[in-house]
Amino acid sequence: MTVSAVSVEPKTSSDPHLAPELCIKLHDTMLKTRVLEERLITMYKQGDGYFWIGGPGEEAFNVPLGMLVHKGQGVEHDYLHLHYRSSGTLLAMGADPVDSLRQMKNTATDPYSGGRNFAGHYSARKWNVVPISSPIEVQFSMASGTAMAQKRHGGKGITIVQGGDAGTAEGDFATCLVWSSRKGNEVPVLMIVTNNRWGISTSYDGQHGEKYIADRGKAFGIATAVVDGNDPEVAYHALKKAMDYVRTERRPFLLEASVSRLYGHSSASGANFNKVETDCLARFEAKLEERGVLTRKAMDDLRAKYTQELLEATKRVREEPQPDGKTIYDFVFADRNIVGKDH
Amino acid sequence: MATLVQAIRMGLHVGEERLGVTDIFGEDVGPPLGGVFTATQGLKTAWNSPLDERGVIGTAMGLALAGQKPVCEIQFSDYIYNTIDLLKLAGSMYWSSNGDWNLPMVCMTPVGAGIRGSIYHSHSFDATATHIPGWKIVMPSNPLDAYGLLLSAIADPNPVFYLAPKALLRVKAGPGELLPGEPADEKALSKMIDAPVGDRTTWKPEWPNLETLFVPIGKAKTVRPGKHVTVVSYGRTLPLSVKAADELMAEGIDAEVIDLRSLHPYDWEAIAESVKRTNRVVFVNEETEITNFGEHLIRRTVDELFYHLHAPPKLVAGAFVPGIGLADNLERASVPQKNDIAEAIRATALHTP
Ligand SMILES: Cc1ncc(C[n+]2csc(CCOP(=O)(O)OP(=O)(O)O)c2C)c(N)n1
Repeated sequence: MTVSAVSVEPKTSSDPHLAPELCIKLHDTMLKTRVLEERLITMYKQGDGYFWIGGPGEEAFNVPLGMLVHKGQGVEHDYLHLHYRSSGTLLAMGADPVDSLRQMKNTATDPYSGGRNFAGHYSARKWNVVPISSPIEVQFSMASGTAMAQKRHGGKGITIVQGGDAGTAEGDFATCLVWSSRKGNEVPVLMIVTNNRWGISTSYDGQHGEKYIADRGKAFGIATAVVDGNDPEVAYHALKKAMDYVRTERRPFLLEASVSRLYGHSSASGANFNKVETDCLARFEAKLEERGVLTRKAMDDLRAKYTQELLEATKRVREEPQPDGKTIYDFVFADRNIVGKDH
Repeated sequence: MATLVQAIRMGLHVGEERLGVTDIFGEDVGPPLGGVFTATQGLKTAWNSPLDERGVIGTAMGLALAGQKPVCEIQFSDYIYNTIDLLKLAGSMYWSSNGDWNLPMVCMTPVGAGIRGSIYHSHSFDATATHIPGWKIVMPSNPLDAYGLLLSAIADPNPVFYLAPKALLRVKAGPGELLPGEPADEKALSKMIDAPVGDRTTWKPEWPNLETLFVPIGKAKTVRPGKHVTVVSYGRTLPLSVKAADELMAEGIDAEVIDLRSLHPYDWEAIAESVKRTNRVVFVNEETEITNFGEHLIRRTVDELFYHLHAPPKLVAGAFVPGIGLADNLERASVPQKNDIAEAIRATALHTP
């Protein structure tokens, strides 16, 4: 690929189909993610958690992302600076959905924050998943740093940073554009904007003058693309292409994907199903059925199985210990360097 | 004999050579300038960042997360305020991930008044810094501590603020305060490590053979022993407090002066031990006085040392006004001067209930 900016109009499902086995895998994780999010919402509504935020409606994009990540620890592997809608990515990387329930229930056993943070705020150093924090867009200010370390190191590791559309108005987004594209100092970062056309209640048109957010990359010589993130096959191809580019060229890429927000912004806005938005899972299931890859019954059975498993898991998680108040002073300061070398 | 800013530079050099520093960066930090105060001249890992403070802090965080050892600079602490949420995020990285990720980075920034810097080159940062849990905070008042605290900051696995008092950057080491390994002759040192005026494209520093010295974070230093009253200060007001104390000897007042050096964690034991002996205490700094760090120290003094006190604990601090005016009279009226400190020490020493 050349270094000049590329942009494609949003397209639907005209890209070639993925192999059936891959489709089945994609579907499996998308479904598992959806069931997990619905379980988390139910937990919230039943008083098993204080707040829900997550990514139902983004599975078709986030699951392929997690599948394509070069997973592991350290600069040889990909760094992920994600936000609070990234369950699909984590599950595709192999995270246990029960751990998400633990974070929802803020148990001491929550491996992401020990009961300190909201659901969907993942942290996994073993996979370079940088702690997800609530402030929107701050991850875009950190991304160039990990990418710089990767460029310096050589190898194929890249940095992936993801946020919503409204958050791109924050200065951090511009920071990432500037710091990733300095002449001669370009860094391997894949910037992703998952565009659901909403802030909390701020509409896309209420904030944006630009037609596509991705177009902002062009001024910086950053390669860009706009894709239909509601189609997992389109998303898979687009992500693969963008990641390959960043991996080999060691330069930034800005990918904008249109996605849905199927249960509103968060529990603060009710977390009820929105029938107007495109449901990427239903759409994909219809396709798989039509193509004869999976039967309706097989998919329904799978959903029932995951639903039952997570229901059972919730009961177990309810019995797990809450963190002790005395632990608030734990982990204020580290006494050794775990992310790097001590000297 | 190094100035404070030369000591910082030499500390950074030792950091690069022996403590794994990978990046020293910020606005105008790299060649040719080497920092607006010359702190980063001639350093092999120094580079110029875009003029974007959020990018400076965020990139330092990213570098640190990826196993690098960054020292970033915010050119003046006056310009650090648009990064506060990132600083909070840095301070919470280890805690919010329940010990999964630590964040070893140093953020240096020049602070305070005393150079007629007017409204936007005179801010202090210690009140805000001490409100951000998860950061260690050091603030040297002489070249030797500047060197030793910097090495400790670099070696620390946590985010550390290194607050450099602007007014003291050119002060020289006192007797017995030579950096281990530096030439005693200041001209000789300057020839070795100061970039020449004019074209510097081919210039390379010649670093003295320095020994590593760690001034532990969290340890205060009693710089002037005394009997009648304890004075706790740091940064620009520390040498002023010493001078004020010296002058008060003529009046028979013998003040003990403690250089706090670290604001977090801070050396409460040193303060408590001294106050239990003198029964009187004055805290001195130049931050605006409302929700000032010295107020916290007074609260703790009252909580824990109340029955040792023979006088109300006192705070000498900056006026709570939006900026520091440029004119001499305005600056002097805004931040503590030697006489303000002397007056407070005298009043506290002579106070009778
Ligand atoms: C810095 C900051 N400002 C405000 C908020 C409150 N907030 C949380 S999510 C959100 C909307 C973000 O919209 P967008 O970036 O489009 O992402 P989406 O949630 O739609 O995926 C807002 C305003 C926040 N978390 N952080």
